[in-house]
Amino acid sequence: MKLMPCPLNGPRNITEFTYGGELTPMPDPLACTDAEWADHVFNKTNPAGIVREWWLHNASSYWFIAERDTVTDTILRTLDPGEIFKTRIDFAPPQTTPSQENPA
Amino acid sequence: MPFSLLRYGLSSEPRIVPDFPPPPPLRDAYDVVIIGGGGHGVATAYYLAKRHGITNVAILEKGYLGGGNTARNTAVIRSNYLTPESVKFYIASVELFRGLSNEFDFNIMYSERGQLTLAHTDGAVRAFRQRAEVNRHLGARSEMLDRQQIKELVPRLNLDTPHQPVLAGLWHIDGATARHDAVAWGYARGAVARGVDFHPLTEAEDFLVEKNRVTAIKTNRGTIKCGCVVQAVAGASAILLNKLGIRAPIHTYPLQAMVTQPVKPFLTPLVSSSALHCYIQQTGRGEILIGGGSDPYPLYSSRATIDLKEGLLAHALEMFPFLANAKLMRQWAGITDMTPDYSPIMGLSPIDNYYLDAGWGTYGFKATPICGLTMAELIASGGKVPELIRPFSLDRFSRFHQINEMGATAASH
Repeated sequence: MKLMPCPLNGPRNITEFTYGGELTPMPDPLACTDAEWADHVFNKTNPAGIVREWWLHNASSYWFIAERDTVTDTILRTLDPGEIFKTRIDFAPPQTTPSQENPA
Repeated sequence: MPFSLLRYGLSSEPRIVPDFPPPPPLRDAYDVVIIGGGGHGVATAYYLAKRHGITNVAILEKGYLGGGNTARNTAVIRSNYLTPESVKFYIASVELFRGLSNEFDFNIMYSERGQLTLAHTDGAVRAFRQRAEVNRHLGARSEMLDRQQIKELVPRLNLDTPHQPVLAGLWHIDGATARHDAVAWGYARGAVARGVDFHPLTEAEDFLVEKNRVTAIKTNRGTIKCGCVVQAVAGASAILLNKLGIRAPIHTYPLQAMVTQPVKPFLTPLVSSSALHCYIQQTGRGEILIGGGSDPYPLYSSRATIDLKEGLLAHALEMFPFLANAKLMRQWAGITDMTPDYSPIMGLSPIDNYYLDAGWGTYGFKATPICGLTMAELIASGGKVPELIRPFSLDRFSRFHQINEMGATAASH
């Protein structure tokens, strides 16, 4: 069984974790164009090499960041999100009335 | 044919006819360069030469003919999808598959056994009803079966799978299998006989782009100029797209499969269960072929993992408990390029003369003939996208017009 060195729980079986996608900067949903938002939602770099991505430890609901090599299947480093995100991100409430809101 | 066979049988010296010529020298320029010498690439070259008379074509293959996912898929052919766009497309593919052995004068061992997909939940039953109706409306043969009918069709199947019993089944009469290598060989032989150059051990390493057109391709054997380029590289799709700076929603995952030792014939249809993430079929050699869902995280490595195998086999044994004593003989993995809506990305790219055949995920083999036909039409018309593949364009994601086929996978979600 492959081990994932979780920053919170230490080394655990990788089956206890869920892959959460590449770490990419999110554009401002209210200011960006539809094309920019679609690019953020769908498009991936998907490199054959080192990638920085989100992972979740299912049992403790703990999200963290891992650096992984997608060719050799090795985990190079894991870190708490607090090491990257130094300030709190507050999402502004939507500028539309509830009837115009798109839940998706 | 029978007379030549008779002559061959009576001759004292066995006649040696090479199926495939040795690789030709790499020319300086080609009208069309196809990157990827798998089923899709050689089928595209075949139809370019046969239907459009375009033979100044090079196929660049970094390994050998049909050595990638063409050799690693589990050779399922079917058209029982969910959306009309996909059903139409795969019906056209099944039609072409049926005629391939005659067309090639080479047996692809097409075997129409039907495919049975099991529903274990009310939600799955509803989705299957919808699929059966959409299929029938467009001309694919699919119908709902109840438990008794399933029992008669596959007597060995355990309908009371411990986790969730089987409620109903989607019976797809057009479901079939074929020898996947033979499909690639047949297309390649036909293409090369008509003047196409097949270059094994030739890797596309970089591109020269001028005025939004690819003018030349750098390979490990030298640089070649090109009129237009098609990429048909399955698991390596994102690697080539990244070299050209084309953004695409492709995630690359391994997909593992395995076969047991051969046993007596007991299973004619292909049987799959998406609730159990598992599909099973018996090959012509008697082996039980077991396939399942993709690996849990993206990877460009075809290594094996024991945990995925254990989970997959546990589910296979729920369906066919007597297989518990069978020994596994081989296992392997292919690298699949998954898209968010489980539909392919075909047609135009942001670069004018660069055409895409990517994002096939787990559906690539069954689309081989129609993919070759439509990509050849696209190239021959200089970039006019055929109606059949228009819904699968790369820009559907920026328009939020996805073609959702996640529910139509045999097992992989």
